[in-house]
Amino acid sequence: MKDLLKSNMAVMVIFTVVVLTAPIWLEPIGASYPDLLQKFAIFGVFAIGFNILFGLTGYLSFGHAAFLGVGSYTAVWSFKLLSMNVLPAIIFAVIVSGLFSLVIGFISLRRSGIYFSILTLAFAQMSYSLAYSVLTPITNGETGLQLTLNDPRVVDGMFGIPVTNSLPSTNFFGISMSGYSGFYFCAVFLIIAFYISLKIFRSPYGMKLLAIKSNQTRMKYTGFNTRPYLLSAFVISGMFAGLAGSLMAVTDPLAGAERMQWTASGEVVLMTILGGMGTLIGPLLGVGIIKYFENIFSALNEAALHEAFSFLPEFLGNIMVVIANPFVGEGWHLTLGALFMIVVIFLPGGVMEGIGRIAKLFRKDKAGSDVLTEDVVASSSEKTDGGKS
Amino acid sequence: MSDKEKFGTLSRRGFLKASVAAAAAGAAPMIFVRNANAFVNEPKGGTVTLGFNVPQTGAYADEGADELRAYKLAVKHLNGEGDGGMLNTMNPKSLKGNGILGKKVAYVTGDTQTKSDAARSSAKRMVEKDGALMITGGSSSGVAVAVQAYCQEAGVIFMAGLTHSNDTTGKDRRKHGFRHFFNTEMSGAALAPILEKEMGKDRTAYHLTADYNWGWSQEGSIKKYTEALGWQTKAAVRTPLGAGDFSQYITPVLNSGADVLVLNHYGKDMVNSLTQAVQFGLRDKQVNGKDFQIVVPLFSRLMAQGAGENIKGIYGSTNWNWSLQDEGSQAFVKSFGAEYGFPPSQAAHTCYVQALQYADACERAGTFNPCGVIEALEGHKFDGMGNGPTEYRAEDHQAFKDVLVVKGNEAPSSQFDLLKIVEVTPRSKVEYAADMEGYAGNLGSCNA
Repeated sequence: MKDLLKSNMAVMVIFTVVVLTAPIWLEPIGASYPDLLQKFAIFGVFAIGFNILFGLTGYLSFGHAAFLGVGSYTAVWSFKLLSMNVLPAIIFAVIVSGLFSLVIGFISLRRSGIYFSILTLAFAQMSYSLAYSVLTPITNGETGLQLTLNDPRVVDGMFGIPVTNSLPSTNFFGISMSGYSGFYFCAVFLIIAFYISLKIFRSPYGMKLLAIKSNQTRMKYTGFNTRPYLLSAFVISGMFAGLAGSLMAVTDPLAGAERMQWTASGEVVLMTILGGMGTLIGPLLGVGIIKYFENIFSALNEAALHEAFSFLPEFLGNIMVVIANPFVGEGWHLTLGALFMIVVIFLPGGVMEGIGRIAKLFRKDKAGSDVLTEDVVASSSEKTDGGKS
Repeated sequence: MSDKEKFGTLSRRGFLKASVAAAAAGAAPMIFVRNANAFVNEPKGGTVTLGFNVPQTGAYADEGADELRAYKLAVKHLNGEGDGGMLNTMNPKSLKGNGILGKKVAYVTGDTQTKSDAARSSAKRMVEKDGALMITGGSSSGVAVAVQAYCQEAGVIFMAGLTHSNDTTGKDRRKHGFRHFFNTEMSGAALAPILEKEMGKDRTAYHLTADYNWGWSQEGSIKKYTEALGWQTKAAVRTPLGAGDFSQYITPVLNSGADVLVLNHYGKDMVNSLTQAVQFGLRDKQVNGKDFQIVVPLFSRLMAQGAGENIKGIYGSTNWNWSLQDEGSQAFVKSFGAEYGFPPSQAAHTCYVQALQYADACERAGTFNPCGVIEALEGHKFDGMGNGPTEYRAEDHQAFKDVLVVKGNEAPSSQFDLLKIVEVTPRSKVEYAADMEGYAGNLGSCNA
């Protein structure tokens, strides 16, 4: 079993099956509607990219939402100026966010630790403020950048795509990008992103990034110039964020400044820590948990609770509703906060550590082998089995 | 090993291809599923679901909470429970008090967080997962514009909540969106004559403006109408939304030579900036031989409550106030008060009316099909809903009705009696052409 999971091929097959069957196995918990599935895939890409920087090098960036926002704005501009086809939008978004992260990374990576975090946070807030007010002609400020009927769409015009009285929708050579097809499109990118991340984790390059995390000074003394490694990791994760941002615009052609706000940067940090930083699957679990809370828990109201507790005698049910009510609906932040505290206090390695501990109970023979990825892969397979049954 | 690798690469690629094919194949049946219904979320059972998308967290959470109260009340009344509220006064009325078209009204709620992204995401959930036929609510123009655009794409109706920017029914108007609330153009037109009467023609204004869509819209409208009176505009300074501390923006006002301060702020921003302006002694000053004045073009009772004493004697405009004496307002205030123990805000009123008007339009059209409903709403004239005779103009889906000019009450008789109605400006004075410069937009066509 373990040998099988050491092969990239096997991991990818399992991962692909799990991702593509998500609409089926998420059905029982009410999370299999297109918008949420798309969010899972898109933020999955975002978190995977963030994990390449934070999980491997240990550099905590508090400004990754800026790259997400840049990706979104670029993609929407591509829809407005060039074509409603999503391919150019995605390509441009990845390139522009890559360049942007190169500049910010070049400056921020002169410092490490808390100073690096503060620098990235400052840059992201700066980008947010610029997008919110100063750069209004480009970003349309608080309202957000949207498509209009008067956009030129030069390339579409050249191919003679008819102009109608209603707004065109994004497409991938004719396939609509809303609903389930939009999810599968994002899922393909999630799978590709996961493959790249897997390759990096299991390569000498990934080992060097890990070495930077464990002792950068020693790396330098042995003659390694760590700067290029750090910068490349930063740019790669910036491009992943840009890709995620462009996918957000693909499934919903709108870009708003709040995507760049520090809370959005903080969210991806939370996702990664909650799921388990430095593991392959962890950030994805974090994405799943946070997005599920944000979308499903926030929508529960008193009536839904009464229904949920209807199996209890009426007075007991009423008591339970009173107790549970502050934790659902607008109180979903409270539930998430409590969960986050529990995880950080009891499972510092995130949900992945919990899964790893459970796995160890079942597999006494080789317990204690601590290759990071092995644990990850083993648990990912367990998740799959659970999903299939 | 190399063979194995090669095999692995090939089949992986094959797998990707297969998954793309699977995606296409998976998408195909969706088209049929959609076609099986005549329109999106056609109600099949005994209930019809409406989506209430309001800010439950963030700067406008107070407004959102009040909106939700109004919606719950509206659902009760539509289903024939409670005292019926404005159902007893609205005219014409096709509703029978047995739900909509005989189907019981159910609802789902969502949190817009006053962010376009979150609001759209929440609206999507309600349409895709919960089967909502109509989305309504919101307390920011940015959110309203974004959600309205989504509803157009998705093929459901959007009844805007509290949104005051011209853009909502101006350049960003949509076929599927309707707005009962007034806008900055109407505020400007209604306020100008009162300002002229109270402050004269020779004034110099200084604007502090919330730096976003609505702020710009209001600044533009107030400038337009006050400058037409002969006022000068000394400066218009943009302040970030949610700034908290406005002292650095207010200090320069003192020595600018301006004698009127226009605060284009809303919600907590307005509470903070007004309070600070009063604390800085602006209102006790004499400039150019005249008393210094402050104007807050968009007023709401919730804000007045926040600003306390400082609101006294300050002029502004509002869409509706609970102290109105007409039959519809009285019925609404009575039934809202009986339910929650305090009077409703203008946000609550707008949302309540929007929900009832949507339901009535379905009843008149005899269908839930958005195209039929839009037709029933376009150009619809009604009365008895608290704003006097009202028309949903067909060209831009903006409601036209009287506008209230109000003043902070100098001698309030209760903690809710904060706004005094100075003038009810008739509809004819605030009306404008749907293709006015800077306002014209394109509705697009019905999407079902």
